[in-house]
Amino acid sequence: MASVVPLKEKKLLEVKLGELPSWILMRDFTPSGIAGAFQRGYYRYYNKYVNVKKGSIAGLSMVLAAYVFLNYCRSYKELSESLLDCFASGGVSPDRVGLVHRLI
Amino acid sequence: MNENLFTSFITPMMLGLPLVTLIILFPSLLFPSSNRLINNRLISLQQWALQLMSKQMMSIHSTKGQTWTLMLMSLILFIGSTNLLGLLPHSFTPTTQLSMNLGMAIPLWAGAVITGFRNKTKASLAHFLPQGTPTPLIPMLVIIETISLFIQPMALAVRLTANITAGHLLIHLIGGATLALTSISPTTALITFIILILLTILEFAVAMIQAYVFTLLVSLYLHDNT
Repeated sequence: MASVVPLKEKKLLEVKLGELPSWILMRDFTPSGIAGAFQRGYYRYYNKYVNVKKGSIAGLSMVLAAYVFLNYCRSYKELSESLLDCFASGGVSPDRVGLVHRLI
Repeated sequence: MNENLFTSFITPMMLGLPLVTLIILFPSLLFPSSNRLINNRLISLQQWALQLMSKQMMSIHSTKGQTWTLMLMSLILFIGSTNLLGLLPHSFTPTTQLSMNLGMAIPLWAGAVITGFRNKTKASLAHFLPQGTPTPLIPMLVIIETISLFIQPMALAVRLTANITAGHLLIHLIGGATLALTSISPTTALITFIILILLTILEFAVAMIQAYVFTLLVSLYLHDNT
């Protein structure tokens, strides 16, 4: 029972901390390897949450929530800049300053 | 006046890489395919909806026209799902770009018209002159019918673009107005908030209706020509 599993075939949780950099470098970074990783990830999610007998709305909602989150990350820079402009002009967005002044 | 109002319509790029390709491909993730007879709930729901739509839309066509079923059903699914996904916060809607809608409208319209000219030349040319026109009016009417034919793809594309863009802009504006009004007059802010909710419900409907209208018009052009 003393067979040593080679480093390449260990799963992530079985790799010891000191071996981590060499484990990462040994992963398959070819295009087909990356495509395979995406495919495996997709099927893992699909078979766990969607392709079940009584799937619920959660399977779809988690995907949509991740989509919203990624879009937020993408537009974070513009949003933070427009927030800065908003606080600079006293609590309203800079294009609505005229409207607010007229209403007061 | 409103530079930041239109920033949500800029094509998204990240470090020079076109993210917009990924965003256009994303709805396909939500429609899994299956070989089985009995599927999970998601696929069963989608198959039911697809059958309903195809029966409703393709039953008026002849056998030749029904060969377009796959194309038209993919079209309505794509436009519907893209419009609905655009209603999520912070998301980018590809159908707000005129370039994309023209890219969908012109080939489909041209395909229908060219099919008509190749297979039923006399009938397609006869469309240019409505029945029973007085003889002196014929030249003018032919010109008008030609113009109306060539305007069809433009109208298809611009209709979709304008409807979706206008809806998104209204949501931005009314949402911003609600926020600005909360500090001034909470009652007015509440009324504006109710308007915002109604508008969002309208936008959900518009998203699906526009997909339907687009596909229906293409199928109509097809029906004229097969």
